[in-house]
Amino acid sequence: MNLTELKFGQKAIIERVTDDDLSLKLFEMGLLPGETIMLENVAPFGDPIAVLLSESKICIRLQDAGSVQIKPID
Amino acid sequence: MQKEITVALVGNPNCGKTSLFNALTGLNHKVSNFAGTTVEKKTGETKLSAGVKAQIIDLPGTYSLYPKSADELVTYEILRNKAENNYPDLVIFIADASNLKRNLLLFSQVADLGVPIILCLNMMDVAERKGIRYDLKLLEKELGVPIFAINARKQEGIDNIKSALLNDKLRITAQYYNLDHVNAKMLDEICKATDKRNKYAALQFAINASSLLSEKAQRIIKLFEKYSFDTRKFQEDEILSRYHIIETTVRNARLKNTSQLKNSLTHKVDEILTHRYWGIGIFLVLLLLVFQAMFSWSSYPMDFVEYIFGLISNYIETQMPKGILNDLMVQGILAGLSGVMIFLPQIIILFLFIAILEDVGYMARVGFMMDRIMRPFGMNGKSIVPLISGMACAVPSIMASRNIENKKERLITILVTPLMSCSARLPVYTLLIGMLIPDTAKWGPFNVHGLVLMLMYLIGFVAAIFSAWIFKFFIKQKQKNYFIMELPSYKMPVFSNLMITLYEKAGAFVWGAGKIIVAVSVVLWVLASTGPHGNIAKVEQKFASTINNDTIPETLREEAKLQMNSQKLEASYAGEFGKMIEPAIRPLGFDWKIGIALLTSLAAREVFVGTMSTIYSVNDDGGEETFSNIKTKMQAEINSQTGKPSYSLATILSLMIFYAFALQCMSTIAVVKKETHSNKWPIIQFVYMTVLAYASSFLVFTIFT
Repeated sequence: MNLTELKFGQKAIIERVTDDDLSLKLFEMGLLPGETIMLENVAPFGDPIAVLLSESKICIRLQDAGSVQIKPID
Repeated sequence: MQKEITVALVGNPNCGKTSLFNALTGLNHKVSNFAGTTVEKKTGETKLSAGVKAQIIDLPGTYSLYPKSADELVTYEILRNKAENNYPDLVIFIADASNLKRNLLLFSQVADLGVPIILCLNMMDVAERKGIRYDLKLLEKELGVPIFAINARKQEGIDNIKSALLNDKLRITAQYYNLDHVNAKMLDEICKATDKRNKYAALQFAINASSLLSEKAQRIIKLFEKYSFDTRKFQEDEILSRYHIIETTVRNARLKNTSQLKNSLTHKVDEILTHRYWGIGIFLVLLLLVFQAMFSWSSYPMDFVEYIFGLISNYIETQMPKGILNDLMVQGILAGLSGVMIFLPQIIILFLFIAILEDVGYMARVGFMMDRIMRPFGMNGKSIVPLISGMACAVPSIMASRNIENKKERLITILVTPLMSCSARLPVYTLLIGMLIPDTAKWGPFNVHGLVLMLMYLIGFVAAIFSAWIFKFFIKQKQKNYFIMELPSYKMPVFSNLMITLYEKAGAFVWGAGKIIVAVSVVLWVLASTGPHGNIAKVEQKFASTINNDTIPETLREEAKLQMNSQKLEASYAGEFGKMIEPAIRPLGFDWKIGIALLTSLAAREVFVGTMSTIYSVNDDGGEETFSNIKTKMQAEINSQTGKPSYSLATILSLMIFYAFALQCMSTIAVVKKETHSNKWPIIQFVYMTVLAYASSFLVFTIFT
């Protein structure tokens, strides 16, 4: 499952980032494997989305979110 | 003897770094370039003790030492070169305590460069509200560097930092990331190739050099190939290892952990402000209120500036001996200066609002909401700040595009920002609209004047978006396109921060645009006051008898003087230029008089009004009457060839469109040259905007004739 499939308020754990060019930037911003993530806001037209990490809130386009593999918690 | 130490402030974006810089230095700072480079640094001074001063350098916020945007590059450039004069003796690292893990990533990278470093934990109160507390003594022991808790926005803990800067015992370096897994022979060669002793600094510099294709790139790429060293893989490993080290450290020093993903106040505010359906509506209403305020508040200070300059000009004109120096002062330098200062009120008000929205954290949300809308036009959500600021002045706005990571998106933003209607166009529009429509005309509850003005702003915006869309197809890019941005938690704005931001933006306008406006004004004054074949002297002679004749009534002599000035301008080089380009601009409905104004507008577009007042022999005292006098004269003008009014509806509309699209601003050209490090882009920008202006004006003139 990837980040675009996450529903509002649903929590998940990041497993890996499949896009090599993007992974460094995402890791630097704190979106890294093992982190818990939650979908918080969706911009008009449904894109980009804003996700909550343990300590910060990051927005990301759907096309980029597609490369973030996640595992939903319960 | 005075001792001076150099201190750099480093941290993530939104960590409160600028607040700390302001708390340390107050207004005592300036923006300048590093010697011989285009790298800009913001420095300020603070007195530590009787004999010691600190030179504080504020570096743009960054997430890592592998820069991805133009402003991150500045931070990297300053920290990379130990031989550089401004290389810091000490780094103050500011970390957001509520987001410590990610902040410490950059901290550990900077520390590993081998520079002495102290760590300031900012926003402890925010962290506490999130349920995060640290044992600072333990954290200090784990990290091995001095730690200070501060609240930069409330200016708490600043004195502790100042005294720490004085304490040589606190100049401690630390090392976190281990390079044992990297081939030692390659590291040695990299150190040699980059002239660095610190292995991490050398490797980090080499990786950046190879990806930025800067100096030494070829040699380094070969070295990496020789040892089959995968830079991306290394970077990924570096980041993850650092997080691992940090994770352990932070976990040990954490007192209690009640922090779970939970809905905070920020979340509740965001549910309203970034709402899927109303979010953009709220933004547009806010924007409308801001512009309403800008127009209604700025008129008084603008009148005041005009009044003051009127007084000064008058004083110098009458007190200084008549002659060329007097004219240069009044018509060249003072005219240029007043042209700069007159915009200041509008620019200050608009930038004040933008600064508030930015400080609160709202501007990031606007970027978030607008990204999808900007994307088809080759820009991204971050482009919205330069575009909106462009309605005040393009110069600081173009500088505000530095945080856009993608080079193509940044370039497009820079190229189209000058199409947004800036404050210099306003007087031109006001004059021209006034010639078309009486001030009192109403359409329903609306003032028609205001509606047409709004239409002009809209036309500028549409042209910007449309041009961006065209550029999207012509500008190539190798870089990956992404939009990943932090949405900081909402904060109350801090008055002193706002004032300092305002001071910087207004400063960029006054010093950046201002000096060019004044310089161009002086050049134009020369062109307008000298002419070929002694024609100007002939005009003066012709009028001399009338003007110097005491028996003729004062009013008639004033009239003759204005007539003389008009004919002098016609005889000048500027007049010659106007006539020379007349055949080229006739299809747009312009005559040589407008030709002169197009030339003089290169200083700033509003000079159009002043030039018109000279051409039509109106006494330009800057008051309300000037406007209506020029208007009357221009409306009365009859074209000698057609026998119809020179300023038909078609000509006026064509002129308005021309001013909306043409790049008649030397300051913008200069700032684009600087920001793009090239001559190519300002030339392309000038050409495309001129072509757009010419074609659109031609079309408008043809349709309405």
